[in-house]
Amino acid sequence: MSNETIPDNLTADNFADGYKYGFSTPEKSLVKSAKGLSEEVVRQISAAKNEPSWMLAYRLKALETFYKMPMPVWGADLSGIDFDEIYYYAKASSESATSWDDVPEDIRNTYDRLGIPEAEKKFLAGVGAQYDSEMVYHNLQKNLTDQGVIFSSPEDAVLNHPDIIRQYFGTVIPHTDNKFAALNTAVWSGGSFIYIPKGVHVDIPLQAYFRVNTKSFGQFERTLIVVDEGAFVHYIEGCTAPVFTKDSLHTAVVEIVALPGARVRYSTIQNWSNNMYNLVTKRAFAYENATVEWVDGNIGSKVTMKYPAIFLMGKGAHGEVMSIAFANKGQEQDTGTKIMHFADDTSSVVTAKSISKSGGISSYRGIIKAAAGLRNIRSKVECDALLLDASAKTNTYPVMDIQSDDVSMEHEASVSKISEEQLLYLMSRGIGEAEASMMIVNGFIDPLVKQLPMEYAVELNRLIELEMEGSVG
Amino acid sequence: MKKLTIQGLKAEIDGKAILHGVDLEMKTGEIHALMGPNGHGKSTLANILMGHPKYKVTAGTITLDGEDLLAMDVTERSKAGLFLAFQYPVEIPGVTVGKFLKRAKEIHMAVDGVKMNVTAFIKQAREDMKFLEMDANFINRYLNEGFSGGEKKRMEILQLLTLQPSFAMFDETDSGLDIDALKVVSKGINRLRSEAFGALIITHYQRVLNYIEPDQVHILYQGRIVTSGGTELVRALEEKGYDWVKEKYSVQ
Repeated sequence: MSNETIPDNLTADNFADGYKYGFSTPEKSLVKSAKGLSEEVVRQISAAKNEPSWMLAYRLKALETFYKMPMPVWGADLSGIDFDEIYYYAKASSESATSWDDVPEDIRNTYDRLGIPEAEKKFLAGVGAQYDSEMVYHNLQKNLTDQGVIFSSPEDAVLNHPDIIRQYFGTVIPHTDNKFAALNTAVWSGGSFIYIPKGVHVDIPLQAYFRVNTKSFGQFERTLIVVDEGAFVHYIEGCTAPVFTKDSLHTAVVEIVALPGARVRYSTIQNWSNNMYNLVTKRAFAYENATVEWVDGNIGSKVTMKYPAIFLMGKGAHGEVMSIAFANKGQEQDTGTKIMHFADDTSSVVTAKSISKSGGISSYRGIIKAAAGLRNIRSKVECDALLLDASAKTNTYPVMDIQSDDVSMEHEASVSKISEEQLLYLMSRGIGEAEASMMIVNGFIDPLVKQLPMEYAVELNRLIELEMEGSVG
Repeated sequence: MKKLTIQGLKAEIDGKAILHGVDLEMKTGEIHALMGPNGHGKSTLANILMGHPKYKVTAGTITLDGEDLLAMDVTERSKAGLFLAFQYPVEIPGVTVGKFLKRAKEIHMAVDGVKMNVTAFIKQAREDMKFLEMDANFINRYLNEGFSGGEKKRMEILQLLTLQPSFAMFDETDSGLDIDALKVVSKGINRLRSEAFGALIITHYQRVLNYIEPDQVHILYQGRIVTSGGTELVRALEEKGYDWVKEKYSVQ
């Protein structure tokens, strides 16, 4: 997007280091909670949403859990997070619109600038847009609504589909799972709720876009996707935030339930500004013959800890995780996966690729478990790390917990550098050094990029190109 | 006609001197064969011409039509019309042959101020692949990844035909090839043979020269070109081996 299209009412002075989404819009919150976390803040959030009492009770229980649980110390350095310095709720628009025309102008301009309405017209079946704490826009193609597909905010689902919420909410990721899942459960706001009825194939992707605009803000979206028997959906999420001098927190919880024979693909392109702590819990239950695929691109953020998990609960279930992380200067990408084989004839494939540059740290952390007494379990894990310079770092922490005999498990890990010979080869055919490096990096992630819809593949390549800028002298 | 001139070239790798003063002049329209035992500097010379950063030139000059070649980086040398068929082409995972060839060709056409016609390019690439007896699917494969030795060498020749350089160096392109592959590779090189093309065929064996007849033959021994001549030198090597060179030209 060129500068000419920037509306006048956006401040462009927050741009930093080529992060083109670093702009912020003047903050105009209608409702903003007091700084810091307390029971009062939780009650305030719940009240703002007119929630039934059972949801408030659940939030308060989760808050207790949050206070009790220790900070995780096994992964990335989280010592910079000050829970008292964060705003937990900010609402900028009075209600969620179903037409972009009804979204307040300054917020709509933000999304225009991010290219969301345009993308919706071109290649999406439904779009949700979250601005700080609340969804400001939700729309779904009419033919899908007619088939019974639900795509709404979780708040809307709590009020209008309480049966599905009460059946599944917090069952895949209980609030006791980890400190940040507890935090999210206590203060969750926004996110997506998707229900795909039996046998319905949603051929065009649905997308939600999460935008943080308020300084020192915590975004705690909550997503629940239930795909009924034999149904299919591809859900895409994108995220950006302004560049602020103070750190922000993004702590999402994503729960997916793939009922027998269902297939779900969840693709993420996260492109947070480099002051964001991105600590997300994502987990899917795959029942008999169901397939769950996580495609996870992590660019940006200060620290990301994210391990999309798949619990293979039913016979014949299949899980795939494809991830790419780019750790640039001052960034730590601690990503991986957790796959639990709990049934016979289940299989999983993990492909994790990371690129590190200028002192950035990429770590792969993964657990593959095969429960006791199972037959015909297959799992393949491949982790490839590419280091772009001598100061970049990569770590691999694979854990395999095999309790059955009939298990085939492969783990391959590689660390490579852009070799002088590869550069020389491409340059000897007339390709300049910077372009040659880019070709090698793009080639490294190509098997993964191919899995994305074309528009996202182009976007991911472009983001990595931006990160690569200036890396060759 | 273009001219590539090497004068008094001395070079080293990792502090070890390899070339001790090489003089060689090549013109387009000529095929030169550079022969000699292994470890005496043949590959070093080819890599220095292309600009491999591992080798350090310590003395001498190389000019291309009077321009200082040593002042150019690898990319610029390619754009100026140089080509090296590598002895061990590297694998570039994730970069397809088609994408790579198209980009390289596009860059070379831009040097001449010509905009690429993609349809014409694809048609030409298909024809060239057929000519080199390569499966059409190669266009979608990742560059050199999982290729056999023979396939890698054909890929080098495909790039040669695509880029049509003024001067090409073939660094033991013949080694490890069976007779059928050798014939195909030779056919590719011979196709470019014209007044606009010069080649330096680096080889240990005379075999490839049965298919590509050289205009001049040079023997590189102990970092120097110790003798030059015509095809009679090839025959002498065939009959007497390199012992003859060793006896006659060895520097103690």
